[in-house]
Amino acid sequence: MSDNKEFVKGTSLWKDAWRRLLKNKLAVFGLVVMIVMTILVVFGPFLLLKILGVDATSVPDNQDLLKAIPPNAKHWMGTDDLGRDLFARVIQGGRISLMVGVISTFVSLVVGVSYGAIAGYVGGRVDNFMMRLVDIFYSIPYILLVIVLLEVFKGENTPSIITAVSELFGGSGPLNQIFLLFFALGLVSWLTMARVVRGQVLSLKNQEFVMAAKATGVSSFGIIFRHLVPNTLGPVIVYATLTIPSVMLSEAFLSYLGMGVQAPYASWGSLAAEGIKNIAIFPWQLIFPGVTMALTLFSLNFLGDGLRDALDPQTRKF
Amino acid sequence: MWHFILKRLLTIIPMALIVVTVTWGLIRLAPGNFYSGEKKLPPAIEKNIRAKYGLDQPWYVQYGKVIGRIVRLDFGDSLKYEGQSVNTIIKRHLPYSATIGILAYLFAVVVGLSAGIIAALKQNSGFDYGSMALSMLGLSVPSFVMGPILVLVFSLWLFILPPARFTGLSSLVLPVFTLGAIYAAYIARMTRAGMLEILRSDYIRTARAKGLSEKTVLLKHALRGGIIPVVSFTGPALASLLAGTVVVERVFAIPGLGNMFVQSVFNRDEPLILGVVAFLSIMLMVFNLIVDISYGFLDPRIRYE
Repeated sequence: MSDNKEFVKGTSLWKDAWRRLLKNKLAVFGLVVMIVMTILVVFGPFLLLKILGVDATSVPDNQDLLKAIPPNAKHWMGTDDLGRDLFARVIQGGRISLMVGVISTFVSLVVGVSYGAIAGYVGGRVDNFMMRLVDIFYSIPYILLVIVLLEVFKGENTPSIITAVSELFGGSGPLNQIFLLFFALGLVSWLTMARVVRGQVLSLKNQEFVMAAKATGVSSFGIIFRHLVPNTLGPVIVYATLTIPSVMLSEAFLSYLGMGVQAPYASWGSLAAEGIKNIAIFPWQLIFPGVTMALTLFSLNFLGDGLRDALDPQTRKF
Repeated sequence: MWHFILKRLLTIIPMALIVVTVTWGLIRLAPGNFYSGEKKLPPAIEKNIRAKYGLDQPWYVQYGKVIGRIVRLDFGDSLKYEGQSVNTIIKRHLPYSATIGILAYLFAVVVGLSAGIIAALKQNSGFDYGSMALSMLGLSVPSFVMGPILVLVFSLWLFILPPARFTGLSSLVLPVFTLGAIYAAYIARMTRAGMLEILRSDYIRTARAKGLSEKTVLLKHALRGGIIPVVSFTGPALASLLAGTVVVERVFAIPGLGNMFVQSVFNRDEPLILGVVAFLSIMLMVFNLIVDISYGFLDPRIRYE
C-alpha cells in the first residue's frame, strides 16, 4: 500500500461526500448554526449568562406585580411571567430539545436498522409479516402509542436502561420521566428507517461479498450486523439527520398538549406552549422560543437535505 | 384492473380489524381505566362499574364483544359523553375537520404544485432558491407557533381576520393557511424533485425531438410523470387532514375530530378511540387504493395484473 502512495491519492466515499457538502451553501449554513447552537446550549449557562448576570431561576426582587419585562440590554429575550430571564430559559430548554433529537433518534436508529436489516435479510414470509406489522403501526396514531408507553413505564416501571442513561446525564427521579419520553418518541419513529434499511439490504444481500461471508461460515447475525448494516450507512445517516427535526417537532407537539416536558424542566416546545397563553400581552414569550426552535429545525432540515445530496446523489427526493 | 381493485378492497377489512386489535391491546396494556380519575372509587362501586361494562369477564370474551360490534360498524356509546354513540360523535365533528382539511389540501396542491413546477423549470434561479428556502421554513415552523403568530398579526394587530371559532368564510382563512402551509411546502419540494428527474428523462427528449411545443411537452408529458410522488403523498396526507389536526383545532377553537380523538385518548374512552382509529385506518387504506389506481392513468408504464 505504502508504495503506491505517490501515484494516486484515492478519494474515499466520505471525503467525496464532505467535499460535495461544503459546496452546498445552505447545508453549510445549517451545519454552522447547529455547531453554534450546540456550543451555546452546552456552555451557555456557564459563560454567556454569567457575563450577562442572569440565570434561569432567579426572580427579580422588585415588588411589581408585572414580572414580565420586554427584551432589553440585560434580558435579551425579556422575562417570563415569574420574571425569570427568557434567554436563560431558552438555553436550558435547548438542552432538553437537542437531547430529544439525539437520544430519540438514536433509539429509533437502533430499532429501525435492526428490524429492517433482519426483515430484509431473512426475507420470505418473515419479511412479509414484519413489513405488514410496520404498515399496521403506520395507521395507529403515534400519539396513542406514546401515551401508552409513557403510562406503562411510569415511575417504578421505568426500565433500568432508561434510568441508567438518565443518570449518565446527571438525572434523577423527575428527569427520568423526560428520558422516558425520549425513548418513547424513539420507539414510535423507527418505521421509515426500517423500510429504508430493508430496501437497502434486499439489494445488497445477493452480492458476492455476502456470499463470500456465508461460504466462510459467518453466522446470520454476523452477516447482518458486520457486513450488511455498515453498507447501508449512507442512507441511514441521511434519514437519521431528517429524523432529528421530526422527533423534535413531536416533542414540541406533545409538550403543547401538556404531555411532554413538565415544569420545572423546559424545552423549546414547552416554553412556546407557555408563551401562547400570553400571546396578546407578552408576545416575546412565544416568539423567542418559537423562532429558536424554527431556526434549529430549519438548519437541521437543510443539513439533512445537503447530506442526502452529498451521500447519495442518485436519490433526490423532495 | 377490476380484479386488483376488488382484491385490495377485500384486504382493507382484515387490515382494519388488525389495526383495531392492536389499538385495543394498547389501551388495555396501559394501567388505569376510564373511571379512574383523581378520586379513588369505593371498591363496591368499582365492582359495579366493572360488571356493567363487562370488565370482569375474561379478556377474550371482552375482545370478542368489541370485534363483534365493530364488524357490524357499531362502535357503541362513548364512556365519557353520556348517551352519545361514537357514530354520532364522529358524524358531528367530522364536517368541521373535513371542511378545513379539504380546503387546506386544495390550497397546498395549488400553491405547492405551481411553486414546484416553476422552481424546477427555472432551476438555480432566484425563484428556485427563494421558494425552496420558504418551503423549508414552512416545514420547520411548528404549526402551534405559526398559528398563534398569524393570529397575533392578522387578528390582534391588523384586525382583519377573526382569531378563532368557526363562523363563516373569513374565519377559515387562518386555519386553512396554517394547516395547508406544511403540506404546500412538502408538495412544492416533491414536485420540484420529481419534475427535475422527469425533465432529464429520455421520453422528454424524444417529445422535444418530435418537435412538440414546449407547452405540450411540459403539461402533457412531464407533469404526468413529475407529480407521481405528489400523488403518492396525497393518500396519507388527505386521510390525516380529513381527521383534522389537533393543533390547528386547538389554536383556532374549532370543534373538529382531531381534538376529539386526543381528548378520547386522555379520557381512556375506549369505544371512541377504537371508532376513530377504525375510521381513520379505513380512510387511509381507501385513499391509498385510489392513489394506486391513479398511477395507472398517470404513468402508462405502470400496469396491474
